[in-house]
Amino acid sequence: MEQGAQLLLELGAVVLALGILARLASRLAISPIPLYLLAGLALGEGGLVPVVTGEEFIEVGAELGVIFLLLMLGLEYSARELVAGIRSMAPSGVVDFALNFTPGFVAGLVLGWGIVPALYLGGVTYISSTGVIAKLLNDLGWSGNRETPVILSILVFEDLVMAVLLPILAVLALGGSTAGALLAVGIAIGAMSAAIGFAYRQGDRLGELVFHRSDEVSLLTVFGLTLVIAGLAEGANVSAAVGAFLVGISLSGEAVARADALLAPLRDLFAAVFFVFFGLSTDPGEIPEVLLVAVILGIVTATTKLLGGGWAARRHGVGQAGQRRTGLALMARGEFSIIIAGLAAGVAGAEDLPALAATYVLLMAVTGPLAAKFAEPRRRDVTVGHGL
Amino acid sequence: MPRIEETSLPGVGIRLDFTAEDGSRIGVVHHRTGRRELFVCMAEDPDTAAVSFTLSDEDSHALSEALGGSTVIANLMDLQQRVEGLAIDWLTVDADTPYAGRTIGDARIRTRTGVSVVAVIRGDEAHPAPGPDFHIEASDTLVVVGTPEGIKTVDQILTGG
Repeated sequence: MEQGAQLLLELGAVVLALGILARLASRLAISPIPLYLLAGLALGEGGLVPVVTGEEFIEVGAELGVIFLLLMLGLEYSARELVAGIRSMAPSGVVDFALNFTPGFVAGLVLGWGIVPALYLGGVTYISSTGVIAKLLNDLGWSGNRETPVILSILVFEDLVMAVLLPILAVLALGGSTAGALLAVGIAIGAMSAAIGFAYRQGDRLGELVFHRSDEVSLLTVFGLTLVIAGLAEGANVSAAVGAFLVGISLSGEAVARADALLAPLRDLFAAVFFVFFGLSTDPGEIPEVLLVAVILGIVTATTKLLGGGWAARRHGVGQAGQRRTGLALMARGEFSIIIAGLAAGVAGAEDLPALAATYVLLMAVTGPLAAKFAEPRRRDVTVGHGL
Repeated sequence: MPRIEETSLPGVGIRLDFTAEDGSRIGVVHHRTGRRELFVCMAEDPDTAAVSFTLSDEDSHALSEALGGSTVIANLMDLQQRVEGLAIDWLTVDADTPYAGRTIGDARIRTRTGVSVVAVIRGDEAHPAPGPDFHIEASDTLVVVGTPEGIKTVDQILTGG
């Protein structure tokens, strides 16, 4: 068959399959991320139906997926929220980091991977899934609960830590020296402070400048700007993801509210491609080997999130039930764990990391929300004026 | 009045809530998407939203009107008690009235019935104290004050009588 036709058929089949999976996830009221990962595993080498021609396209799409995920994450937070997050959540955020980074890091060392891959695994177990948790809070009607600001602020803190962590990992992955890593972190922190400071004062004006009453103009401007900054960041070893996050932070004001509607469909498409790509590049044959480690890590880091989250909630005067809910909500890992594991591609000693991270996220993205749901069975959720 | 507390929910929006007299916590989460979520936490467990409703724009308007309505009615009852024989009513202008598109002065409401038009409600907007040169349109609601008989006559005028 002609190659162009084959490419379209393959991509079409993949995206269509993702559509069916997303529908299934919505029916089961779970996050679609684990299903996308499973689809990638099934399609990859050693999987059921290997994709050949489309792989290059999927690879580029996956990179765009990471950029969109981080751009939208940055857009979601205002500078005020970020500063407040750092101020009020510093002790809780540090405890959360210590409790949840350590298990992954130690596991990496115990497995004999070496320090750099172990740091990546620490990142994987540390960071909760903002996407899964935001949806969970909504689905369970927890938005009005007393602990919800605590949960969201911890997520903000984690996202900021990730923005510092990614450049460190990127430099170390390239075999850079400690000095190089420190420089990259310096650049990342400097750029982030500059972006937050800028957003504080001029973010609205930049937002007005970038966004236009025509959706077309806004989309092309934001997308192009983000890619340029992401490219510059990647060139400076700060990682493209951090660059995109900075663009998101720098833009604020009225216009940004519209960006959500504009960019969300693109993010959903390319993020799905990213998860598939991660599954594709993971050998499903390795999963049985890492299953036990993933389960143990899952149990340990579910407990550490419960402890850390509960402690943070107690500090903010939340009662026992709310403390438990905080930990349960934070249990879910998802997109960011996969992003961190994805950046480890090619790192010496990290050969088992993709399979372990995929298995771990499959477990945590499903069991986290389920645990939260079953822990709080008595809820009356009422929707007014929308049928039923 | 209890103090309404404002809490930022990073990435979600803003939460406004207050503790009611019976100890329950009542509030609204304003999502950045524009969605409003009304929630109630019972006094036994003020941390947990026992009920939450998603309200559309229209729902929110309707609810606030229903809540505010009690004070309006109370005020009106008060007014009626103070002035014996005074009635107040809301009259809708029908499409087939000869006065649609004409002024209040043209309808000679005050001269014919002694009833005063104190406000005209058009869509979401209220025009208080309209002058005689104010144009009435079909489906406007006139707020009128006068004797019950007078108001009945005005209603007939506005329905094309």
